[in-house]
Amino acid sequence: MLIAVLSGILFALLFLFFRLQNGWLRFIPAFLPLSLLIYFSTWLPEVAAGKEILFKYTWIPAMGVNLDFKLDGLAMLFSLMITGIGTLVYIYAAAYLSDRSQIHKFFSCLSLFMAAMLGLVLSDNLLVLFIFWELTSISSFFLIGWNTKEEASRKSAVLALAITGGGGFLLLAGVLLMGNVGGSYSIQALTAASATLKQHGSYVLMLCFVFAGAFTKSAMFPFHFWLPGAMKAPTPVSAYLHSATMVKAGIYLLFRLSPVLGGEPLWNYTLMIVGGFTLLYAAFQSLFRTDLKGVLAYSTIAALGLIVLLIGIGTTESFLAAAVFILVHALYKAALFLCTGIIDHAVHSRDLTKLSGLRKIMMPVAIAAGIAALSSAGIPFTFGFIGKDLIYEATMQTGMLAIQLTGLVLIANVLLSYAGYVAGFRPFTGALPEAYADTTKPEFLLWGPPVLLAVLSLLFGFFPALSSPLVNAVVANAGGNPALPDLKLWHGFNLILLLSGVTVLGGVVLYLLRKPADSQVQFMDRFESFSTRSFFLRLAEGIKQISHYFTHKLQNGYLRNYMITIISFLLILLCWKLVKLIPHSIDFSAMTPVSMYDVVILVMMVSAIFVLIFTSSRLTSIISLSIVGYSICLLFVFYGAPDLAMTQFTIDTLTAVLFMLILLKLPPFLTLTNKAIKIRDAIISTIFGGVISMIAFLVLQEPTHKTISRFYADNAYSLAKGKNVVNVILVDFRGSDTLIEITVLTIAALGVYSMLKLKISSSEKE
Amino acid sequence: MNSIILRTASNYLLPMLILFSVFVLLRGHYEPGGGFVGGLVAAIAFVLHSFAHGLKETRRFLRIHPGVFIPIGLLLSLISAVLPMIGGQSLMTGLWFNEPVPVIGLIGSALFFEIGVYFVVFGVTLTMLFTITESV
Repeated sequence: MLIAVLSGILFALLFLFFRLQNGWLRFIPAFLPLSLLIYFSTWLPEVAAGKEILFKYTWIPAMGVNLDFKLDGLAMLFSLMITGIGTLVYIYAAAYLSDRSQIHKFFSCLSLFMAAMLGLVLSDNLLVLFIFWELTSISSFFLIGWNTKEEASRKSAVLALAITGGGGFLLLAGVLLMGNVGGSYSIQALTAASATLKQHGSYVLMLCFVFAGAFTKSAMFPFHFWLPGAMKAPTPVSAYLHSATMVKAGIYLLFRLSPVLGGEPLWNYTLMIVGGFTLLYAAFQSLFRTDLKGVLAYSTIAALGLIVLLIGIGTTESFLAAAVFILVHALYKAALFLCTGIIDHAVHSRDLTKLSGLRKIMMPVAIAAGIAALSSAGIPFTFGFIGKDLIYEATMQTGMLAIQLTGLVLIANVLLSYAGYVAGFRPFTGALPEAYADTTKPEFLLWGPPVLLAVLSLLFGFFPALSSPLVNAVVANAGGNPALPDLKLWHGFNLILLLSGVTVLGGVVLYLLRKPADSQVQFMDRFESFSTRSFFLRLAEGIKQISHYFTHKLQNGYLRNYMITIISFLLILLCWKLVKLIPHSIDFSAMTPVSMYDVVILVMMVSAIFVLIFTSSRLTSIISLSIVGYSICLLFVFYGAPDLAMTQFTIDTLTAVLFMLILLKLPPFLTLTNKAIKIRDAIISTIFGGVISMIAFLVLQEPTHKTISRFYADNAYSLAKGKNVVNVILVDFRGSDTLIEITVLTIAALGVYSMLKLKISSSEKE
Repeated sequence: MNSIILRTASNYLLPMLILFSVFVLLRGHYEPGGGFVGGLVAAIAFVLHSFAHGLKETRRFLRIHPGVFIPIGLLLSLISAVLPMIGGQSLMTGLWFNEPVPVIGLIGSALFFEIGVYFVVFGVTLTMLFTITESV
């Protein structure tokens, strides 16, 4: 199991090195999701029988982080979608991407993303889940921003990463809270401790954090705007991310945590309100789009809203409806996206006002898109019909809210089926424009995947009982009643059938009456400045300006200003702490008496410093500075630190040499400061020197603890076979520190080298 | 600095200083010294050479870019730190040969760690100084 989850990451690396670009070789990566699909399918009978298969791998047991994977109904449903639709997307992408030289990188990112998604849905440990959660954000960033040369593409990738990454950060807070309160990060253990979590004072906080993570990932209002922006990605990516994987991660989390955190009014009503509002808002928005992918993006957001709403209702019926609808939506939405991609690929347009009559050049695509549209509208004998039935059944059993919820879902479903018709029928019906007449027909590997998805929609539509075992297991995992009858096609004449009929008819009427036009897009654009999208963009711009202002103030390029900032800040901090500690008297008797050497060195140093301050020659100042350094070396020698003295001595020599090298090239000595600045600097440095001396005295006043130094002295020879204790500490006792220090030195050398050698032309500077 | 005395002196000083730096490096485990100081002394030897003969001459004399020493040293230190882990011991455990080698004394992983530090310090110092000299 561990290999299955991590194989995507491994192959992500392999695909980078073995560039499978030419001819049929580029279809080889598709075997990765295919073999994973087969692997997961072998577990299907056991999972359908209601078993939970656990795989335990220890990772960081001390922190309670273990790679525990659990394959139950919910994980199985998502794994099959990820690998199944993944296989089709891999094949499709190999045929779709025109820039073959980059295709290996694409598959690398895609495999990483797939592995992250699999890890997310399979892990039983919340912290591991979080790691995979973040991995999906990062790998989807590369996929969304695939067209690196387009600014819009890069910007939407950054926006998606900022929103989902921010949500992920809050999710981490939620995970840590739950782990702390529940005493474990294992979802199984937390489910058992559900009552403790719900009664805890920070339950509301937990909910907020988890919701923030799920809502940003699943594009709920007000975070929905990253999803339409992410449509800048190549179509295979959109199909994969937005039908079966990325956006469903939030849904998965809510599903998974339903038995842990759910059941409380706060959980249910929040989900119902947010889901319901998103559903209505996005369904309404999809009316005003003329870009095919735009329509699909908003209908995806609406579908996600619907699923969140169903999870919020929290009954067995609603979980069943949600589970079925997840599958329904994945099948028809992936098919529609793939068809859109074929259209875009063939005629280089996605504009609904221009596309028509394409069935004449791509009949199989038209059939696939048509079936997908029918499934989305919920026509009988498609899987969508079953899904729609279950949704109405679930909303009608909510007691007090039944009428309102059913009405809301009815309106939204009418709008959604309109969106389905627009995406599935509009481009293919009518007369073919002459400009498209000589378009070449798409190849089989492009239209094969959507046709297969459409066939699956039909298959499950005719025989809904096929999906029952898996779907019922999902319901059981979410905390619903596991003993459910099989799904049936025909429930007899009742209110639900009437509602379904109304939905289908409403969609058809709306489709016949409305024609997508640019004026509608412009109409919606007028409200753009009120949208949450512009609010977030303004916020981001504000943060940028503030940080620009701060950087400009603090990092202004004058070394003396940096020094003043650092020293003043230190001074304030030190004085703040020292005020209480200042001793009333200093016990000089405990210190070593002042010797002749000390006096001589002191006089040397002080006079050198005075020369340094008042000289107007650079050479003199450097030499006086060196005198100060060498005097300190002497002090080290007198007080028994020969190692320190040696190092200090060589460093001082090199510093002087460095100064000399630069000195010869500098312009003549200039007086850049006036009297006021000098006085200010003098005051700051005097106070700083005083405070440091004070600290030195305070340290001497403290009773010394010699356990550590005695340990080193006693054990240097017996443990490390060395007589020079200082050196033994450096290379043995604290060798890791030294290792890190030389790494830092390396980084510093690289910094100096690249800063001085790299010549940036003025056009590249900002 | 075109001084014939300095030039002649540096020709003799360079090997002596390098020898001294190796001496400082090797004695570090028992007496004052060590890889860090050793590396600095070796760097000073070449800086002195460049003062007398010019940077181009020193570079030609050194043949390879001083930056090359940095990864070599880092790798050496890292290997000597990680090596005990292969034998199941924890990171940085000292491994020692039983018999002392003449002149050098006991050889252990700490010595290779020190040589790594020596190379890194030598490379870093010369890279920085040479780069700055060339740029001003």
